[in-house]
Amino acid sequence: MADAVVRQPGVARPASARKRASLHNILRRKSTAAFLMTLPLILLITLLVVYPAFYSLHLATLNKSMQRFVGFGNFEFLFRRDTFWLVVKQSCIFAITAVVFKALIGFIVAHFVHNIPAKGQRKWRGMLLVPWVIPPAMSTLAWLWLFDPSYSAFNYTLAFFGIGPIPWTGDAAWARFAVILVNVWYGAPFFMIMYLAALKSVPDQLYEAAAIDGANWWQRIWYVTLPMMRNIIAITTLFSLIVTFANFDIVRILTAGGPLDHTHIFATWAFRVGIEGSDIPLGASVSLFMVPILAVAAIFILRDVNKRGNEA
Amino acid sequence: MSTMTIDKAGPRRNVKYGSMSRDRAWALRWSYFFLVLFAIFSLTPPLYMLITSLKSSAEISAATNPWWVFHPTLENYAELLTSNQFLRFFWNSAWVSIIVVTLTMLISVPAAFALARMKFWGSATLATGVFLTYLVPDSLLFIPLFKMFALIGDWTGVQLINRWYVLLFIYPTLTVPFCTWIMIGYFASIPKELDEAAIIDGASWFQTLTRIFIPVALPGLIAATIFAFTVSWAQFLYPLVFTTSTDQLVLPVGIITTLIKGDVFNWGQIMTGALLGAAPPLIIYAFLMDYYIAGLTAGATKG
Repeated sequence: MADAVVRQPGVARPASARKRASLHNILRRKSTAAFLMTLPLILLITLLVVYPAFYSLHLATLNKSMQRFVGFGNFEFLFRRDTFWLVVKQSCIFAITAVVFKALIGFIVAHFVHNIPAKGQRKWRGMLLVPWVIPPAMSTLAWLWLFDPSYSAFNYTLAFFGIGPIPWTGDAAWARFAVILVNVWYGAPFFMIMYLAALKSVPDQLYEAAAIDGANWWQRIWYVTLPMMRNIIAITTLFSLIVTFANFDIVRILTAGGPLDHTHIFATWAFRVGIEGSDIPLGASVSLFMVPILAVAAIFILRDVNKRGNEA
Repeated sequence: MSTMTIDKAGPRRNVKYGSMSRDRAWALRWSYFFLVLFAIFSLTPPLYMLITSLKSSAEISAATNPWWVFHPTLENYAELLTSNQFLRFFWNSAWVSIIVVTLTMLISVPAAFALARMKFWGSATLATGVFLTYLVPDSLLFIPLFKMFALIGDWTGVQLINRWYVLLFIYPTLTVPFCTWIMIGYFASIPKELDEAAIIDGASWFQTLTRIFIPVALPGLIAATIFAFTVSWAQFLYPLVFTTSTDQLVLPVGIITTLIKGDVFNWGQIMTGALLGAAPPLIIYAFLMDYYIAGLTAGATKG
């Protein structure tokens, strides 16, 4: 276009002026068309996401029969209950431990997959991603059966090594370990795939340059791989933090919060209180406690995603 | 690693070649060793499902080696696949998933097109809003949504609670934001010249979308479809909250509420049901793995 303008200024100018007038016309029609195309999306988000979110705030201020406004009564009630603080503690332990192990295992496995010849990578990647593909409710049933106290396959195997039966879901500490283990099993493949994609995008020249400078494998990871992958690591970890923090399926099926509420996290406790205990306002207040941490993670993700957009 | 640079240098290649390949070979062996370990960790639960599903109840309660099938039988499969209840769960799941995938595509593809190509007032904010909605988890909204639909039932007399089709309203909140988001990414990567050419040739916006954008972004469309299907098939919390009658349940909830009767766990049937429930996503994954992975990584990298 610039070429044309330089070569034939006389011809190009009137053409572009005419174009601008019709462009203005198109723009006017364009915005209505665009609005109509996004209307279903806007309606869906407003009616079924934004409205319930605010409705939840309203619900949290009502009493159990939802007749009377109690202000912060539900929150005061929660703060006085030991179970609530137990749930807060467990949610944090659960989310942080699970995310850290998922990220570490994902990082390590991604390196191993990246190491082997490209021809075989597809096959391995395919096998290692299976936990992420199976619906978590279904795979957690398999874990529940593996953990079964009397016919447990794990305890049968451990008995060979002379290790006594372990109460996988019966003892508080073991039950916490079990839910975290299942969560790590389910979530690590996601990290593996994300990191593998990031590893592939690091240019080989950087490693060659590092090798010429005499860097050992640790220095290559620390000074080349990690800085190049920083953005992906941040986004994946924050995203996983949200999903793990809000997890429901695994804890619900594996322990249902037991023994003695020692594995309840926000989602499962909100379900127990709000739906099973039919105290909807209290349940709504419990799940609202997830909002601050989710909001913080979401803000950081958004910042990183926008940064990526600007770089590209 | 220094061997690698020498290898590139050329003349000394033959001298160092042996030690380099030895180093490489060891690194490779270790990689394979750990990959095998991780693969065992990943595949144990699904394989154990398969092993148990082939056992009779007698063999499960006998204290034999749980990792081996001594008398393989298909009686669990026969029993479940002829049980009307189980087939009902399967159909409910299939219908919900198929309709939700269709709705999702109808909503998110035009919206993504508008957000990627037609800049209008508030389009950037809306795109950010879509991404934020995708981050809102189901466990935050299930209580207000449940109350909302209960109130709709009270006010209008249209009872939606405990009907499988209530899920058709709710699942799109999980699928539409993500699908819109990755479709925006795919559409934005299409060169502007293509649609400018179409507009110059007199194509309408709708024609540009159906004739140019959808065919060009087909891989993204497939990835989004797979995602929407997997999410609707696997969703557990919403059906658990919204449906209770056995004829309205979808597969995951159905297996958990009907096959577990009190303290009696019929593990052979539960594992068979779980395996059959895991089968559709696994089959799709087996055939369309590359699209599946493209969708997975696009969520964080596109946009």
